[in-house]
Amino acid sequence: MADDKDVLRDVWFGRIPTCFTLYQDEITEREAEPFYLLLPRVSFLTLVTDKVKKHFLKVMKAEDVEEMWFDFEGTPLKWHYPIGLLFDLHASNTALPWSITVHFKNFPERDLLHCPSNSVIEAHFMSSIKEADALKHKSQVINDMQKKDHKQLWMGLQNDKFDQFWAMNRKLMEYPTEEGGFRYIPFRIYLTMSDRPFIQKLFRPISSDGYTHTLGDLLKEVYPVAISSDDESKRYQVVIHGIEPLLETPLQWLSEHLSHPDNFLHISVIPAPSD
Amino acid sequence: MSVSLLWAVDVYGRVYSLSTGGQQWEQCQDAVLEFKRVTAVQQCCWGIACDHHIYLNVHSSDVPIRYQEETYENQRWNPKDNFSDHLLPSDRWHWSDITGLEHQPLDSFLLPSTNWEWEGDWYIDENFGGEPTEKGGWTYALDFPATYIKDKKWNSCVRRRRWIRYRRYKATDTWAKIPSEGHSGPLPDPFNDISCGGWEISEEPRGRLSLWAVSLQGKVWFREGIHHHSPEGEGWEEVSLPGEVVQISCGPGDLVWAVLWEGQLIREPEIVSNGLCWVVVDSPNPEAGAIHVAVGDNVVWAVTKDNKVWFRRGINSHNPCGSGWIGMVGEMVMVNVGLNDQVWGISCVDRAVYFRQGVTSSELSGKAWKAVNVPRDGDIRSHSSASISSLHSAGCFFSGEVQAQSVMSEDLDTEGGPQRAVLEVGTCPSSPPPEPPPIDPDVPKPRIPKVTSDSFISEMLSDRQVKQEAATTASPSIPEEEVALGEPEAKCPPPWSNVDLEETQTHLAVGPAVVRGDSADTCSLSSVATYTLCQGEPYGADEHPLWAWVSGGGCGVNCHSQLNWFNSATALASSVQSMSLSISPAQTAAWRKQIFEQLSERSKREMDHFKHYEQAVEQSVWVKKGAMQWWRDWKPHKWVDVRFALEQFSGPEGNQDGILFLYYNFNEEKKYLHAFINEVTILVPVLNDSKHTFAIYTAERTKQRWPIRLAAATEVEMHDWLALLSVSCCDSRGIQGPPSKQAIWSVTCKGDIFVCEPSPSLEACPYPTPCDQMFWRQVGGHLRLVECNSLGVVWGVGYDHTAWVYTGYGGGFFQGLASSTDNIFTQTDVKCVYIYENQRWNPVTGYTNRGLPTDRYMWSDATGLQECTKANAKPPSPHWTWVADWTIDYGISGGTDREGWQYAADFPRSYHGHKTLKDFVRRRRWARKCKLTTTGPWQEVPPIPLSDVTIVLCGAQSSVEPIPLWAISNKGDVLCRLGVTLLTPAGTSWLHVGTDQPFKSISIGGANQVWAIARDGSAFYRGSVSSESPAGDCWYHIPCPERQKLQQVSVGRTSVYTVDQNGNLWFRQGLTPSYPQGSSWEHICNNVRKVSVGPLDQVWIIADKVQGSHSLSCGTVCHRLGVQPMEPKGQSWDYGIGGGWDHITVRGNSIEAPRVRMPSLTPSLTSSLTDPLRPPPPRSLLPVMITEMENGNAVRC
Repeated sequence: MADDKDVLRDVWFGRIPTCFTLYQDEITEREAEPFYLLLPRVSFLTLVTDKVKKHFLKVMKAEDVEEMWFDFEGTPLKWHYPIGLLFDLHASNTALPWSITVHFKNFPERDLLHCPSNSVIEAHFMSSIKEADALKHKSQVINDMQKKDHKQLWMGLQNDKFDQFWAMNRKLMEYPTEEGGFRYIPFRIYLTMSDRPFIQKLFRPISSDGYTHTLGDLLKEVYPVAISSDDESKRYQVVIHGIEPLLETPLQWLSEHLSHPDNFLHISVIPAPSD
Repeated sequence: MSVSLLWAVDVYGRVYSLSTGGQQWEQCQDAVLEFKRVTAVQQCCWGIACDHHIYLNVHSSDVPIRYQEETYENQRWNPKDNFSDHLLPSDRWHWSDITGLEHQPLDSFLLPSTNWEWEGDWYIDENFGGEPTEKGGWTYALDFPATYIKDKKWNSCVRRRRWIRYRRYKATDTWAKIPSEGHSGPLPDPFNDISCGGWEISEEPRGRLSLWAVSLQGKVWFREGIHHHSPEGEGWEEVSLPGEVVQISCGPGDLVWAVLWEGQLIREPEIVSNGLCWVVVDSPNPEAGAIHVAVGDNVVWAVTKDNKVWFRRGINSHNPCGSGWIGMVGEMVMVNVGLNDQVWGISCVDRAVYFRQGVTSSELSGKAWKAVNVPRDGDIRSHSSASISSLHSAGCFFSGEVQAQSVMSEDLDTEGGPQRAVLEVGTCPSSPPPEPPPIDPDVPKPRIPKVTSDSFISEMLSDRQVKQEAATTASPSIPEEEVALGEPEAKCPPPWSNVDLEETQTHLAVGPAVVRGDSADTCSLSSVATYTLCQGEPYGADEHPLWAWVSGGGCGVNCHSQLNWFNSATALASSVQSMSLSISPAQTAAWRKQIFEQLSERSKREMDHFKHYEQAVEQSVWVKKGAMQWWRDWKPHKWVDVRFALEQFSGPEGNQDGILFLYYNFNEEKKYLHAFINEVTILVPVLNDSKHTFAIYTAERTKQRWPIRLAAATEVEMHDWLALLSVSCCDSRGIQGPPSKQAIWSVTCKGDIFVCEPSPSLEACPYPTPCDQMFWRQVGGHLRLVECNSLGVVWGVGYDHTAWVYTGYGGGFFQGLASSTDNIFTQTDVKCVYIYENQRWNPVTGYTNRGLPTDRYMWSDATGLQECTKANAKPPSPHWTWVADWTIDYGISGGTDREGWQYAADFPRSYHGHKTLKDFVRRRRWARKCKLTTTGPWQEVPPIPLSDVTIVLCGAQSSVEPIPLWAISNKGDVLCRLGVTLLTPAGTSWLHVGTDQPFKSISIGGANQVWAIARDGSAFYRGSVSSESPAGDCWYHIPCPERQKLQQVSVGRTSVYTVDQNGNLWFRQGLTPSYPQGSSWEHICNNVRKVSVGPLDQVWIIADKVQGSHSLSCGTVCHRLGVQPMEPKGQSWDYGIGGGWDHITVRGNSIEAPRVRMPSLTPSLTSSLTDPLRPPPPRSLLPVMITEMENGNAVRC
C-alpha cells in the first residue's frame, strides 16, 4: 500500500524530457545542436533553463541576443505557468521528448511577460502562495511565517529541495481538524480553446451540510462541459500533473497532494484525443 | 471517546436513547410498557413504568456479569474410613463457608432472581495460592481452623476443598422488573420518582451505585447493595426525611438533593449517613417553589413552578450547600445533570431536549441552551409522529393533493443537493410499501399522556395551589399537551396512508434545513436569541417530538465532544464512515488507487527512457541553522547556548544525506561537534514544562547512554526541527511510507510510539545487526503498550486502558508533511499524577504537618526528595491538562486506613494501612487525573478497557483468517476477539473466556498456544485452542518458579518466556509436542522488565538498568544473542536504545536471516520439500511439535 506522502514525492520529482531546438531564423555562427534536458514539472521555464541559454549562446553573437523565450508548435509558452501545466495543456498527447523551440528575438509582448531575472519569478511564486493562503486560511499561515520561512519555500523550489520546501510548506497544508478542510480550495482551470486564461472561483472543500466535494463537483459547478455524460464518448480530459484523477476524488485531498508548489491546483481541460 | 447514550422518555411514555455517535433517537423496542421516568448511568438505565414498578435495563457487554459462588467441603481423618465426611460433633459443617461458621451445602445456593442463570455445574477449585494441587483440590491441616497446606503430612487430620459455581446475569438489554419489596414485605405505595448516581463515592465494591426512589406519598427509599455483581440490588430501605418529597436527585459523588411538596429543597451532605442531617434550602424564588432539582458532581440546578431555571453558585466539596441561586435564561419543565456536570433540559415551550453548551469545570453554568435536533428512528414510518407533524396542515390533509405535495418534494430534491440521497430512500415510489409502525396497533389508540412524568406532579401541585391561591402558577404544560396531542387523535383516523407518508417527509426535509441555519448561528447568539428563534420557528413545534423526561447520567460528553445532534442533516454517510473500524475505506478507495497507478505510469512514460538526460537543476548543499541550547557533555552538566546547523546534500547514489553541526564555545575557543544524519538512530522528543527538548542518538551515543540533548526556544521551533530532522534521517536511509508488517514497535514511558524496520540480518546467527544501530522513527499517538504480528495487525492500549487499533497509516507524526489525515484520528489518554501528603506524630498534637527539620517535604513526590504541593504540581507536559480535582488514593499497595493514610516508623520505610504503636509518621497519596489529546493512526475499539493484548504469531507468507487475538480486560477478564481479519483488524466482538480469577498477562504464540498469567502470579496454559475452537476448552494450571510471582508472559513460535515480579526472566523447559505445558522453569537472568518473543523465537526484552560508558539507562531494549533452534535460550544480551523504554514487540518480525547452508542439511531440506507430510525444516515457522499437535496427538495432563 503506497502512502500519501509518496504522492508528494512523485509530484515533486516529476520530470519532462525536453528537446530544445533553436528557432530556424535565429542567426548563428555555426549550427546549433539541440539540447536535451529533464525539466521539473513543478518549476518554471525561466528558472530551469540557464543551461539551455548557455548552450545556445555558445553559437550566437552577443548582439543577436535579446530576451530568451520559448514556443511549442507556434504557441509561445508562458513562463509564469508551471512547466507541467504547460506540457499538459499544449503537448500532453504528443510524442516525447517535448520539443520546444528557443527564441532570442521578436519577444511576443502580447503573449508573454518579461522575465529579466529570477527575482521576478520569485515575486510571482510568492504572490501565488500568498493568494492561495488567503483562500485557504485567510492568509493567517503565510502571515505568521517569517521572511526566512518565505525564503525557504522559494529556495526549496529553486534548488529542487523537496525536504527544504516541504518542511515549510506542510504548514500551509494544515487545517483545523474540526473543519475538515481549507476555507476555499485554491484552484485554476485552464482551457486550451478559450480566450480566458483560466477559471478561478471560490469553492469550498466541504459543503455547508458536511458533504465532501469532489473534483466532479467542482467541474459541475465551474465548467460542466468538461464532464461528459455517460452516453456520449469522452470529449475532454481533465489532467493534473499528467494524470487524470477520477471525478470522485475528494477536492481537499487533491489540493493537499496535487497542488503545485505555488499551492494552486492547476487543472487542464484538454480535448480528448480523437482516436 | 467511546459511544454512550442519552436517554429520554416522550410524552407517550416511549423510551428512546440517542447515541453520542449516532444521529437519531432509537426507540427502546423492548419496552412493552410505557415509562414515566428513566435515570441512566453508564452501565444501565433504571425506569419507572406506568405500572409504578421499577425496571432495570442493564446494557449488554461482551464481558457478562458473572458471580462466583463458593463453598467448602470439609473432611476429617479417622483410622477406619481414612478421610471421610464423618466429622467430630465439635467440628464445622461438612459443607461450609470459608470460616466454617455457615452451613452451605451445594443445594442451598439459589439464583437471586429470575434474571440470573447458572453458567455450569459445581466444580472443584484446583488452584491453591497460585499452585495447582493436582489432588482433587484437597488442602490439608492439623485441625480446623488452621493453616492449610498443599500436601498431606503424617499429622494431617483434616482436609478441605473449595467448590465453585458461576451464575450469570441474563436480563441484559431488556427491562427487568425489580420487585418492590422492602425489608418488611411489599412497599406501601408505588414509586413516583427515581434517581441513580453515586458511582464516584467508592471504588469498592466495583460498580457500586446509589439508587433513590420517591413514592407517591412522598417517602424516600434507598436501594441497597447495588454493585457490579448485583445489578438489581438487594432491597429497599426507607430513609426518614423532614418532609414529603416530590422529586430527588443524586449526583455521581455524594450530593443528594430533594424537592419537598412545599417547594423547598433539602440536601444531604453525605449519602452514607442515610438522612441524619438533611438541611433545608430555600427555594430560589419565594413566590414560586421549586418543583425540580438536579445535581451533579459540583453543581445543583433547580426548576421552580414558574419554569424558571436556577443554578446554585459556589458548590464544592467543602461547601456542599453552595452560596446562592442564579437565575438562568430559558424555561424548562425539568433539567438533568449528566456526566461531567453537563446539563440537559426539556423546554416548556416546545418540549424539545436541550443541551447546555459550554459547561466546563471552570464555567459550570455553561453558556447557552442548544436544542438536540435529530430525528427518531420511527419518524419516517411511525404513525404517531406523522400525526403530530401533520397537525400543522391538518386542513389540507384529506384534500387529495397528492400531486401538489409530491411536486413540492421534487422541488426539494433538486434544491436540496446532498440531502436528496437521504430523502429518496423514503420517497422513491418503487420502494416497498411502508411497514406497519413499530408501535403495536393493538395498543389502545388514545395515546393521551395520562401519567407521564411531570404532568403528574404538576397536577398534584396545581391541586394544592388551588387551595391556597388562584391558579396563577398552574403548570402550563398540561393545556399545551392537551392541545398538542388530544386534537389530532380526536380528529384523525388511523393515518398511515401514502399521503401521510409524503407529508411527513416533506416536513422532515424542510425542518432540518431550516433548523440547521439556526443552529449555525446559535453558537454565537445568546441563549435568549436561541430560544426565541426556536419559539418562532414554524416547523419547530411541528417537527419536534414532545419529550417528558431526559437523563444524561450515562452520556459521556463534555464541552469538547463533537456531537452530530444539533444539525440533523449532517450527512449520515459521514458518521457511518467515521464509525467503521475497518481499515479506512478511503485508503483503498478507487480514486486513490487510480492516482497511485497513474503516477507510476506517468513516471514510466515520461522518465524511464530519458534517464540519460541532464537534470535541469543541479543538486546543491542546503544549510538550515538555528540557535539552541545543549546539555553539554562534560561536568558540570548544564544547558549552554549553541548554534545548530543541518547541512543537506545529495549522497553518492543520489540519495539525500546530511550532517548535523553543533557549534559551541569551550574556554573562549570555538569548537564544534557533528553527527552524520545517516548515523542518527532515533530522535526522541522530551517534553517537560520547563524546556522543549529532544535527544539525538547515534549508535555511539547509545553505547554511551548519553544522547545529544538539545532544547529549542519554543515548542513550534522544536517541532520544526524534529520534522525536518526526521525527514532527513528517513531520506538518508531510504525509508518511506508506512511501517512494514515486519516492523518492531516500542513505546516509551512517555507514551511515545517508535517503530523500527528490521534489517534482514537482525536475527542472523552468528553475526546479527548490532542492536544499537537500529533506526527508530516515531509514529503519532500515545499508548502504554503496543502489540503486532507479521500480518500487519497492530493493537495498542492506552494508559486509560482504552484499546486502539492501528489504521494502517504510515508516515511520520507531523501534520501537514505526513499529508493524509484520512487515517489519522483524535486520540485521548488519561493518567494520574500522584503526590504524597506526609505527617509526623508528636505527643502533644498527634499527627500534624509539622515534621522534623530533617524530614522530607510535608507535600512531596514518592521519593520525598521533591516538594510537590497541590498548587505547584503540574501535568507531565504541556500537552496534558487537568480534568479533575485532587482526590485521596486508597488503592496504593500496602493498604490504607479510612482516610487514606499509611503508617510507618519513619520515612522512608515500608508503609502499612493501619496505625500501630511503633508508628511515628504517616503519609497518604493524592491523585489527580490529567488528559492528553493528540492525533495518530489509531482508532478506538470500544467499549471494553484492556490491560493486555496479544495477536497470534504467524509466518510472513501464511494467511491466517480469521486472526486469533486475545486480550485481558482491565478487570482481569480474558477475552478473545472475533472477526479479526486483514481487512477488519479491529474485529467485531469479544468472546468472554471464563477464568476462576482475574488475569493480567496473555500471549498467543505459534499454532495457537495460549499462555496467561493470573493476578496472583500463577501461569496458565489454554488447551485445545484452534481455528475451529478459537477460545479453547480449559485452563491448565502451571506451577510458578519457586517463591516467585509471575508478571508477564510471551510465547514465540515454540519458546515460552515469563518475567516475574522481581525482574527474573524464565524459560519454559521441556515443551514437547505431547506435553505442550512443559516441565519446569529455567532461570535465564534478572534485571528484566518485559519480554517479547517473536515468530523466529527471537527474544527481546526491556532491561531494567543498563550501564553505558557515560551514564546509566533504565528501561533499555535488549536483544538475546545466540538464539538458535537447538539453543532457544541464547547466550548473551546485546544492548539497544534505552532510557525510558517501557515496551517492545518483535512479534511482527518474521524475516529470517540469510541462512548459512551446511552441506549436511541439504538432503533433509529437499526431502522435506518433496514430501508434504514430513515436518518442515527446523527454521521454518511451523515447528515440528505443532504439526503433531494439530494432528490431534497432543496429550494433556
